[in-house]
Amino acid sequence: MPLVLTDEQEMMRDSARGFLAEHAPIAHFRKIRDSRDPLCFSRDLWKTMAEMGFAGVLVPEAFGGVGLGYVEAGIILEEAGRTLTPSPMLSTALVAVTVLARFASEAQKTALLPGIAKGERIVALAVDEGAKHKPEGIALSAKRAGNGFRLDGRKGFVLDGAAADTLIVAARTAGAPGEISGITLFLVDAKAKGVTAEQTIMVDNRNAARFTFEGVEVDGGAVIGEVDGGWAALEAGLNAGRAGAAAELVGAGGEVFERTVAYVRERKQFGKLIGEFQGLQHRLAHLYTEMEIARATSLKALQMLDEKPDAAGPYVALAKAKTGEIARLASQEGVQMHGGMGMTDDLDFGIFMKKIRVTQEIFGDANFHTDRIARLRGY
Amino acid sequence: MADLETFRAEAGAWLNANCPPEMRVPFDGEDAITWGGRNWVFRSEAEKVWLERMAAKGWTVPEWPREYGGASLSRDEAKVLREEMGKRKCRSPVESFGIWMLGPALLKYGSHEQKLEHLPKIARGEIRWCQGYSEPGAGSDLASLQTKAEDKGDHYLVNGQKIWTSYADKADWIFCLVRTNKDAPKHEGISFLLFDMASAGVTTAPITLISGASPFCQTFFSDVKVPKGNLVGQLDKGWDIAKYLLTHERDMIGGGSGGMFASRPLGQIAAQYAGQDGGVLEDGMLRAKIAQLELDAWAFSLAVDRGRDLAKAGQGLGAYSSVLKYYGAEVNKRALELVMDSMGSDALEWEGKRSKEGKTARDWLRTKANSIEGGTNEVQLNIIAKRILALPGA
Repeated sequence: MPLVLTDEQEMMRDSARGFLAEHAPIAHFRKIRDSRDPLCFSRDLWKTMAEMGFAGVLVPEAFGGVGLGYVEAGIILEEAGRTLTPSPMLSTALVAVTVLARFASEAQKTALLPGIAKGERIVALAVDEGAKHKPEGIALSAKRAGNGFRLDGRKGFVLDGAAADTLIVAARTAGAPGEISGITLFLVDAKAKGVTAEQTIMVDNRNAARFTFEGVEVDGGAVIGEVDGGWAALEAGLNAGRAGAAAELVGAGGEVFERTVAYVRERKQFGKLIGEFQGLQHRLAHLYTEMEIARATSLKALQMLDEKPDAAGPYVALAKAKTGEIARLASQEGVQMHGGMGMTDDLDFGIFMKKIRVTQEIFGDANFHTDRIARLRGY
Repeated sequence: MADLETFRAEAGAWLNANCPPEMRVPFDGEDAITWGGRNWVFRSEAEKVWLERMAAKGWTVPEWPREYGGASLSRDEAKVLREEMGKRKCRSPVESFGIWMLGPALLKYGSHEQKLEHLPKIARGEIRWCQGYSEPGAGSDLASLQTKAEDKGDHYLVNGQKIWTSYADKADWIFCLVRTNKDAPKHEGISFLLFDMASAGVTTAPITLISGASPFCQTFFSDVKVPKGNLVGQLDKGWDIAKYLLTHERDMIGGGSGGMFASRPLGQIAAQYAGQDGGVLEDGMLRAKIAQLELDAWAFSLAVDRGRDLAKAGQGLGAYSSVLKYYGAEVNKRALELVMDSMGSDALEWEGKRSKEGKTARDWLRTKANSIEGGTNEVQLNIIAKRILALPGA
């Protein structure tokens, strides 16, 4: 597959860009943030995005979705990264749908996927238990009880957790933290008895939550896939989320970069346009180069998820690592080159910086993924 | 696609039958390359036979037109051929500046006669070319070159000096930038000339680099007579040709067509020298640097693929070669620094058999030129700032 978008994908990008510019420009994000909306996104907007086919982009047509691929999902997220559009796209439409569409039973799919595609159901993955991403370290316990299981433990940094109707909880049914076997995925009603959510609004106004599970009872039908064998499904969901986050980082970083180039072409100091100074020119040319590197890794990871999902892991790790570092560089240069104004909340650069900081942390930062590649390569 | 698969099967069968086993071993550095030329001494019968067979097939320059020594393959077919050669570890039958740089420029700017005269000889590896660009006073500011060619009626008279002329002492012909109008603005008085290095008045002197002996030379021209028909394109309009050729040089260095930046299994090298503990390198600081470099090198190879695919889709940017050349040079320099870090004092040995006469240290030093040759990194950044970002005054 060539590392460029097809004509159909280009058209989809144009339509997503047009839609988001009209319905969810940065003013929309500011309104949500400044009104201290507890949901941190607009359910009405998400319904409209569902009508556009965004929420169901990966949902098979048989379950009410549009049945497209990860490249298309990435296009939407890249554009949403440019406009800082708050939505449960990453948590629900990528991570949850990947887990459900590939690993859930027919009954589970029928119960959940159509509602997701309509923009009515929010599903969040609860995986991390510490401040840093460490999926194999899962300790939250699920013990057999009656016909089902009993869950006890804690989760944190659950994206869209406070808005979720349903949680996919990664729990330990066997083995010890650090082992990838013995992990099981459960569907848990967010309102079930024993589930307590503490909303943690993040620095970029993203909706997340910490959860406590105390004697939460679920029946056998809540298990996704095999008991003790949930790692593959968890990895698939995480990889979808990582690749989606990478696309979002490319969008946010690209937007900051383009705005900064435009700014140095018009800002004057010392009687000159500041873009005439080689001290800035070389940094922007370097950043352009890095952004091209980021684009190549992001598109490759998305294409691999479509073509060879079982071999996509390392490509996704590469993309998440590189796009995180590069978008962060873009956000830092964006603020620096705008000077004092770059530090103000009136301009958007600080908002991009916050968004990028959170997105690069989601499902493993550059250090995590660089370490992963080194291990895969045997050192 | 069916046609492409047919071609793949045919190419594979032909390579199986025609590529000698001795030619299915990877190159060990620039010295092992078959450069061709009048004075080329084949190191084995297999090397000679391989070149002859590939040239007869047009596959030394598969995308060039048949009448000029190529095989008129499409880009996709040429890619399939490269893949099939790669699978069998077939060596490139011949590499040269003629193939990498002059050929593409002649195909675009040369007359039919010039193409017929020069391209088939490049394709067959019969004539080896060198590049007369840089001068002692014209490095990054290439257009300030002073070597002049005066119109003497039936010929041009060339006087001046070039520097960094790779393999000038081994080349048969030179493609050379000369000043033909000293009154015009500097970019508008340059012409693109071809001439025989055996012409009276041409002398060369090798340059020793920090890595030791080098392919680089100084080249002197004293009253060299060049026939008028050896001018490529129009008089005083050589700068466009010069720039076009440079994008091919950057592609060649940066990896657009195969690449000079070989990847090295840095993690394995470090494991061998610096030790492993529980499957990870003992030296955690070194491990992190190596892993970051390996990610960057991998990301770079994807950007090279993307550059090629963008060009194919008609979305290519001329200055993309600068993006790749800049990034690739930095990655390669970092890679050799890390090889040196990993191998410690073993990498510092300069003489003797054990170190292959200091090969590692020499390779390390050689990479320092990566960000200078073919336009310095600073020049590449200037090109990106000007041609892609359109920054003021760039």
